[in-house]
Amino acid sequence: METQKVLEVCHLNSYYDQGRSLFGRKGARKQVLKDVTFHIDQGEILGLVGESGCGKTTLSRTILGMVSDYDGEVIHHSKRPQMVFQDPFGSLNPTRSIGWILEEPLRAAGGMTGPERKAAVLEMLEKIGLGSEFVSRRPWELSGGQRQRISIAAAMITRPKLIIADEPVSALDVTIQAQILRLLVGLKKEFDLSYLFISHDLNVIYQICNRVLVMKDGAIVEQNTVDELFAHPQHPYTKQLLAAAE
Amino acid sequence: MKKTRNSFFYIGGALSLVMTLLILVGYIWTPYSPTQMDAAAINQAPTLSHLLGTDNFGRDIFSRVLEGAGTSFLIAVCVVAIGCICGILIGSLCGYYGGIADAILTRLCDSITAFPSVLLALVVVSIMGPGTYNIILALGLLFIPSFARIVRGEFARCRDLNYIQSAKLMGVGNARILFRHILPNTRSVLLPTITIGFNNAILSEASMSFLGLGIQPPHASLGSMLSDSQTYLGSAPWYAIGVGGTIVLLILGFSLLGEGLQQRARRT
Repeated sequence: METQKVLEVCHLNSYYDQGRSLFGRKGARKQVLKDVTFHIDQGEILGLVGESGCGKTTLSRTILGMVSDYDGEVIHHSKRPQMVFQDPFGSLNPTRSIGWILEEPLRAAGGMTGPERKAAVLEMLEKIGLGSEFVSRRPWELSGGQRQRISIAAAMITRPKLIIADEPVSALDVTIQAQILRLLVGLKKEFDLSYLFISHDLNVIYQICNRVLVMKDGAIVEQNTVDELFAHPQHPYTKQLLAAAE
Repeated sequence: MKKTRNSFFYIGGALSLVMTLLILVGYIWTPYSPTQMDAAAINQAPTLSHLLGTDNFGRDIFSRVLEGAGTSFLIAVCVVAIGCICGILIGSLCGYYGGIADAILTRLCDSITAFPSVLLALVVVSIMGPGTYNIILALGLLFIPSFARIVRGEFARCRDLNYIQSAKLMGVGNARILFRHILPNTRSVLLPTITIGFNNAILSEASMSFLGLGIQPPHASLGSMLSDSQTYLGSAPWYAIGVGGTIVLLILGFSLLGEGLQQRARRT
């Protein structure tokens, strides 16, 4: 069966300018991503694992077009992916109500009337397991898990095909983590989504991913299906990570 | 921990509310006409019929204080409005986009704030000539940097927050991100800045009118009246006390309110 790709990344290098000196001379140009090549299939959860500072977040930012200094190719086969961030406190505008926050992506996308948007918001709230009373609440009234549900809803309400989740459960308690992971898997089936799931936690990766990329110092050192990778790690760094997780 | 009462906020709020109400009443009604002279009642001490006494032309000081405070108030509102609106525009664009224009404008604002604002306003007025509109324009222009700096800092802070990044990813337009997503978040620092700016505007206008560069007679403003009253400081001290006291109460009320708002912003 031919599977469709939602995203292809070919020989991607990205650079980081280490600031300018006093007289406007350019600082050293540091390479962050080194020849990164991978793809994500339709309906797949691709894990991206690596220690902090290895370039995981830079990779997601480059895919989303938030990094300007890069070469190589990023090919989107669907409309613009959306993102779920780690920090559930910084990802919701504190001065706006939940209803406004969830409606905003629909307003930006256009093509819907006010009542249609309101109905879509209520439907989305129900899908993430929160009641309609949350429409008028403010982000600071919510718990970390509830906030992360709202972030997920905001990312999915325009029905993108690909979601990039950057450590979406790392800031949460273990029990809440499990709930959010279940929610993500459930919504993936319902909306026919694909995820690029970034985490430093191999246990989380093992629970939900189909394939895994292992990243070290900006390069992908190993990529394989979850079962293969956990059973027969090839690269010494992967072995090291697995040993540390046990 | 026991929640401390924000007494600055309540006292300041009450005082500025009372003063504002008095001034608003003064626009539509004063006990006497502020310009009506009475040769039989010159430099009278305060009585029940003339609450703050009468001045050297026999005019009711209380009515004149109401009118003068109203003029000062109106000028201060216009000055703050000019400073705030232009400051928000400049500060938001500089903070959000950064770059060379930001660097130049920020340095320019810094160098303007390095001079005392009354001194610069005096320079501007001596070039353009005195008068109500020139005062408003001169002070308004000089109030822009203080607002621009505060707003710029807040926009630069919010620019990299995740919810703004998400909004960009969703394809929300730049103008909408600037004024609907970020601007409401600057409210907690903008409100105290507006109140303190309002105070400075009243003081600056009073100083300039005191020096004879502001409101021209026969109109009254708190500064020009204070200047007039100096001559009669020995024979009719209630004139200076009434006018000076009004300035003090007005400034005190809004200062306390600004301080209270700042405390509130720090707490949340």
